[in-house]
Amino acid sequence: MINYIIKRLLALIPILIGVAVIVFLIVHLIPGDPAQTMLGERATDAALARLREQMGLNDPLYIQFWRYIKDLLRGDMGRSIMSNNPVITELQARFPATLELSFFAIIFAVGVGVPAGIFASINQNSWFDNLSMVIALMGVSMPIFWLGLMFIWLFAVQLGWFPPSSRLGVGIDFTPITNLYVVDSIIQLNFTALVDILHHLVLPAIALGTIPMAIIARMTRSSMLEVLRKDYIRTAFAKGLQRKVVIFKHALKNALVPIITVVGLQFGVLLGGAVMTETIFSWPGLGKYLVDAIYARDFPVVQGGILFFATVFVLVNLIVDLSYALVDPRIQYE
Amino acid sequence: MAEKNNKVLKKNSNPWLEAWRRLLKSKIGVAGMAIIVLLLLVAIFAPMLAPYDPYEQNILSRYKSPSAQHILGTDEMGRDILSRIIYGSRISLQVGLFAVLMALVIGVGLGLIAGYYGGKLDMIIMRFMDIMLAFPSILLAIGIVAILGPQLKNAMLAIGIINIPRFARIIRSSIISIKESEYISAAKALGAGDARIIFKHLLPNAMAPLIVQTTLSIATAILEAAALSFLGLGAQPPSPEWGAMLSDARSSLQKAPWVATFPGLAIIFGVLGFNLLGDGLRDALDPKMKNV
Repeated sequence: MINYIIKRLLALIPILIGVAVIVFLIVHLIPGDPAQTMLGERATDAALARLREQMGLNDPLYIQFWRYIKDLLRGDMGRSIMSNNPVITELQARFPATLELSFFAIIFAVGVGVPAGIFASINQNSWFDNLSMVIALMGVSMPIFWLGLMFIWLFAVQLGWFPPSSRLGVGIDFTPITNLYVVDSIIQLNFTALVDILHHLVLPAIALGTIPMAIIARMTRSSMLEVLRKDYIRTAFAKGLQRKVVIFKHALKNALVPIITVVGLQFGVLLGGAVMTETIFSWPGLGKYLVDAIYARDFPVVQGGILFFATVFVLVNLIVDLSYALVDPRIQYE
Repeated sequence: MAEKNNKVLKKNSNPWLEAWRRLLKSKIGVAGMAIIVLLLLVAIFAPMLAPYDPYEQNILSRYKSPSAQHILGTDEMGRDILSRIIYGSRISLQVGLFAVLMALVIGVGLGLIAGYYGGKLDMIIMRFMDIMLAFPSILLAIGIVAILGPQLKNAMLAIGIINIPRFARIIRSSIISIKESEYISAAKALGAGDARIIFKHLLPNAMAPLIVQTTLSIATAILEAAALSFLGLGAQPPSPEWGAMLSDARSSLQKAPWVATFPGLAIIFGVLGFNLLGDGLRDALDPKMKNV
């Protein structure tokens, strides 16, 4: 197992280098001058020259590339044009907000999707089963930003149950440490803040989690249906085991591998969805920052942000692959 | 007599006809087809169906709620939302079809080369595809459009690019699984050239998964285009693109929720059509593929 993990980690290196190359090329292969594109038509020659110098655009492409890779290895992604702070610092400051949102979204998606899928599978063709299938089909066809807008309209504007934006209410006394607000407020035993933070999390997390929830429910259902037809399930029932035991211990355990795969795949959807959800809910995370950087034509941030997202995505996929062995001992890694 | 029997056999064993019959029997497949046909008709006959000019502004009738005069209401410029949605179907279909066509042609080309010739070429192409798949796809599209400039044309290009790896992978795996079959060796022994083998023998056998992937990809392409336009990176105002309409609606959510509601429903309707047809096609073309 350890050997396999090391092997897989080593295999990530060429992929990550490839990702870095693509991100580099996106900016440098386009026709025209990146400095001009960033500063716009009305930029003065002096400003253009300064930016070119700062970004090293005057050097030949291969030197620029070499410097870019060297800097990356040291964790240096350049400086933001907007704030002049190192890009990596800006990304690190915002990533916890995205992580927290994604975490609660996936908790919601799995927490509702898996039980719904199990319930649908043991009551095949019931009204609940049919309804959950319709919701699942709508879920994969729905733009996440529309769902977010509808949530804001219904639950924030009309009903007033939840705040429509941001992570924390005005006037709440709270000092972030790790920027994972939920963790921070628990560490500090600041429960007024914790309640407010969770209250702000509900709407965006459910909006972000709904589409993965629909897909997970669908996958759980079909995976469970397949297992429930197996002989050993019939045997288990026949020897008089309790229904609960058969379903959760015999069936669910064996249906888990495809469910985990789909949960892992949803993480990619989630990261993409975070960009949209954060934009709609003014959530100060990585996704919103990336979109703001695009509007401001802050290319170092755009580059760094995409690279960061892709790295997280690749690592999550690896973790999903490795987790198979935990749920299914038959899977052996060479 | 023998000849006649042969003919009957041939007629019954056309796999495409069989698949078509199975598709017509599947409820979801037929529902999907119906939605897509409706969407196509709306797009083609938009000028006849739309009650108003989708660009015509009327400051006096801003934010009118749905009524007999404006069935789906009006937006901040007093434009008729129904007419805009009708014209918007043209843009969404165009983007979906062109982007996927581009991905199809390039992806199939790369997949064919990789699968058929194998070796180093295969390794280089497929590693590159792996790298592209290492990006959450919408983010790669956002990156491409951010640099190329926010235009519908660029959004289409970006969506096409991010869809290439899926097609390449499907074709390559089909090719590899049939490349070593005896009938391909036989064709080679008879002196068939690479082109003949690829187009006459390999490609037709890889058709079923390709058709399913194309249909499902159009669905995601429409969603991706709407997302890019919503972020201001695709279709630009005053274009009646559905995602762009939603973007405009954000500021008026409180006083005119219908401006956001209906374009969203239009997106769901269109995307649902292609998803349903894709699911139906998958069952009809190859029941074994159900969980791909």
